[in-house]
Amino acid sequence: MSLVQSVDHVALLPAYLAAGTAVLVLLADLLVARAAVTVAVAATGAAATALGAALVGTGGERRTFCVGTDCSYVFGGRAALVAAVVALLTLGVLALSGPLLRAGRIPVGEYCFLLACAMTGGVLLGAAGDLITLVVALETLTLPLYVLVGLRRGSLAGAEAAVTFFVVSVVATALTLLGAALLYAVTGTLHLDRLGATLAASAEVRDLPLTTVAVALVVVGLAFKVAAVPFHAWAPATYDGAPLPVAAYLSTASKLGGVVALLAVVQRALPATVTGPVLALLAVLTMTVGNLVALRQRRTVRLLAWSSVAQAGYVLAPLGALALAAGRTADARTAAYAAAVAYLVFFVLLELAAFAAVVALRPADGDGGSLADLRGAARRHPWVGGAFALALVGLAGLPPGLAGLFAKVTVVRALLAGHAGWLALVVAVNAVLGLAYYLRLVATLYAAPGPATARPARTVVAAIGVATALAVVVGFAPQLVLDLAAH
Amino acid sequence: MSFGEFLLVAVLALPALGAVAAAASPGDRTGRLVGTAAAALTLLATLPLVGGEHGWVGPQSGVQPWHQLDLPWVPGLDLRFHLGVDGISWPLVVLTALLTLLCCGYTLWRVPAGGGSGRTLVALLLVVEVGILGTFLALDLVLFFLFFEVVLLPMYAIIAGWGGADRRRAARKFVLYTLFGSVLLLVGVYVVVAAAGTADLVALTGGSRLSRGTQLAAFTLLALAFAVKSPLWPLHSWLPDAHTQAPTVGSVILAGVLLKMGTYGLIRVAVGVAPEGARWAAPVLGVLAVAAILIGSLVCLAQDELKRLIAYSSVGHMGFVLLGVATLTATGLQAALIGNIAHGVITGLLFFLAGAIKDRTHTGSLVDLSGLRETAPRLAGLLGFAAVASLGLPGLAGFWGEAFAVIAAVRRGGGLWTTLGVLAALGGALTAAYFLRLLRRVSHGRPSPAVGPLAPGLAGAELTAWAPLVLLALAVGLAPALVLSYASGPVNALLGVLP
Repeated sequence: MSLVQSVDHVALLPAYLAAGTAVLVLLADLLVARAAVTVAVAATGAAATALGAALVGTGGERRTFCVGTDCSYVFGGRAALVAAVVALLTLGVLALSGPLLRAGRIPVGEYCFLLACAMTGGVLLGAAGDLITLVVALETLTLPLYVLVGLRRGSLAGAEAAVTFFVVSVVATALTLLGAALLYAVTGTLHLDRLGATLAASAEVRDLPLTTVAVALVVVGLAFKVAAVPFHAWAPATYDGAPLPVAAYLSTASKLGGVVALLAVVQRALPATVTGPVLALLAVLTMTVGNLVALRQRRTVRLLAWSSVAQAGYVLAPLGALALAAGRTADARTAAYAAAVAYLVFFVLLELAAFAAVVALRPADGDGGSLADLRGAARRHPWVGGAFALALVGLAGLPPGLAGLFAKVTVVRALLAGHAGWLALVVAVNAVLGLAYYLRLVATLYAAPGPATARPARTVVAAIGVATALAVVVGFAPQLVLDLAAH
Repeated sequence: MSFGEFLLVAVLALPALGAVAAAASPGDRTGRLVGTAAAALTLLATLPLVGGEHGWVGPQSGVQPWHQLDLPWVPGLDLRFHLGVDGISWPLVVLTALLTLLCCGYTLWRVPAGGGSGRTLVALLLVVEVGILGTFLALDLVLFFLFFEVVLLPMYAIIAGWGGADRRRAARKFVLYTLFGSVLLLVGVYVVVAAAGTADLVALTGGSRLSRGTQLAAFTLLALAFAVKSPLWPLHSWLPDAHTQAPTVGSVILAGVLLKMGTYGLIRVAVGVAPEGARWAAPVLGVLAVAAILIGSLVCLAQDELKRLIAYSSVGHMGFVLLGVATLTATGLQAALIGNIAHGVITGLLFFLAGAIKDRTHTGSLVDLSGLRETAPRLAGLLGFAAVASLGLPGLAGFWGEAFAVIAAVRRGGGLWTTLGVLAALGGALTAAYFLRLLRRVSHGRPSPAVGPLAPGLAGAELTAWAPLVLLALAVGLAPALVLSYASGPVNALLGVLP
């Protein structure tokens, strides 16, 4: 075996672009030192990364950093989708950050640099072919967020949120790494596909108690990142303490990263006989607890946070079909993974639109406030309010939020294709619970007017417009997303 | 694109575009006018749908649409944009278009108090119409589910935006309860689709592609979903609150056609797709239907609120419809279809009248209403007509559905069905009792303080809105063939493919 690897730089192009963005932002901040330039560099870089990922993704699968047939970096259709979505989410969050950065309590250069770093992690994540690359990518995505959460000067809530997030996240990473190490001890490999093949081939290795422990540790560690119940307690506090755009990033890009990592190990490496039941249980708990607690929330961001906990449950639900033998046929598995990815794409779109609307309707430097602060907002700002209502209804999964409706339909269809009718019923009943609190927020928006608020910033309105337009398009043509997800 | 396909698209596109135009109109009155015009055009577009090939070509297919349109939409979810119309759906389609037009026209004259603008209300009514028409026209299971869900939020907004004092709670109860039904429908739909590999209702009707176990599961889920919507006792408790709080036009649409989505779905989807399941569950359905008739009537006898009474009477009437479906005979299904139409016409009229009385007297309590005949004889006369039609006087629309449902049950034979038929007939007598009680309380006696100052006249808009319903109640009563002649072919086709 040659020790000199040939590196496919085209496959790495999206990662180069993302990392280059971070470096350029840093340089621009040092040399030009003008906020507008720094933000513009970051935004251009994010757009270039999305474009690069899409272009490389259309050219078929590319592998590099290979040892024999096992590759640590596999840039295929799904990796391209994840990379492009993360880059676009970064762009969206940058647009949302306008009012926050102008308020002056956050250093612009550092903020953009950290965001670009997180983007780099997200871009790498989908392409990770072994457990170490996966954990490193995930940490690259999360690490800047610890700082971003607490970056606001003089904010005690921000600092508290950052510490909570940091501690929980580090513990989760440690668990995942421990699981990876144990898996290595048992099988002698870290490459996802090789792990999957080894565990599938040898029942002896698969039935070792140590293997079960290792698999459980990896799954639990990643479940922390996804904020799946019972590993969710950090999420609402962190979201509420973070600046609003960062909370938006946490609940979209960061959540996407966690799910993609979980999906990678479940699909390619770990035996479905162990992960299936665990994921089914996690999904049921996550949906139900998330929705039930969200019912009682009186603060906007906490409500969205708990709802995004519940949404993670819907994302995991199709994977729960793996719990039954009928759900482990090749067809059912493919459908389940595709459904999870499709749901995720629909979800981040609607979630970004919802957070963007909260940013637009709240004062520049403010937090999410209570529900009462949004009273009558849709009457004063009919377009922004309407987009907010559409996003919320979509998250609830009802028309006219067709994107969200098709997302739920995709999940239910995958579950029934895998003969997991009971889980489909749980998803269905949870949709009813979900509507109760989304509807309360929508009703508040359209209630008799409360205090007046300022005009929303232009970049934020643009972000809402783009996200809503995309949501409407994929609402009428969901096949676009389904095709992308099935790659 | 043939004329039939064009009409099918137009029937859905006209109200949808009308809703957008009404909401976007500069002035409130302009918006209401635009919306009403769209509703009128929709009604015009539904009428020529009756043309086309009606022949019953043989027993090979359980659904033989007069016109259909089949386009791919989302292959990944087995969803096709497949519309079609036949004798089961066409009368309901026309009824929907008619009631929406009447409601829009009524809104032109009076916007209910509550804060919302009139054009928004008209736009929402049109969106509800799109959902209901789509449900009746869909020949793809997933598309059916999609349209079934479309009505939820606009109807919620109508109740919450223009309703009575306790409207928010009632609206929330309505939307959560009926969403519960919808999500069961979603699961049921994909149970069928996953097992059969297609969502095409034409191919699925007859159930030949499904195993018995799948059919039982699918029928349970689908029947529960439709039972919530219809509503079937004991899943009806959202209905009285929603009706009491909804504005007049909301109540009319809700009782007139929204409930029919449930009974129509039961016939077309639940019975059509899972006939084995239907046969298996028929006794339970029959018992529940008769329980609904009896309990609905008994509750009505003790009811002191006008709109609530009419709402509970709907529970009883839908019980007759469901009893007809449960017999799974040609007579029973025909009874269900004509019962559907009759209930839509008569209850629509009753809710219009109840709304008029409430608007004039500001009370719906029977205790405070008496002597309406003295001060407002025309209103009292119309109320009397509607009540008598509703209680099933021969010669008026309400009679056929109830009578044939009872006959179908008795003819089905056996101890259970005969008992059910007898009990249902008893329920019919109770219906007469509570409507006569209503008339005695409201129109007779000495005028109460609330009724005393009423002017005897009726507004032109009111007469215009009510006259078509009065005429239809008479027409369907005197010539039931109006509905039955269209329905007999499709019903026989449906029964022909059932095992």
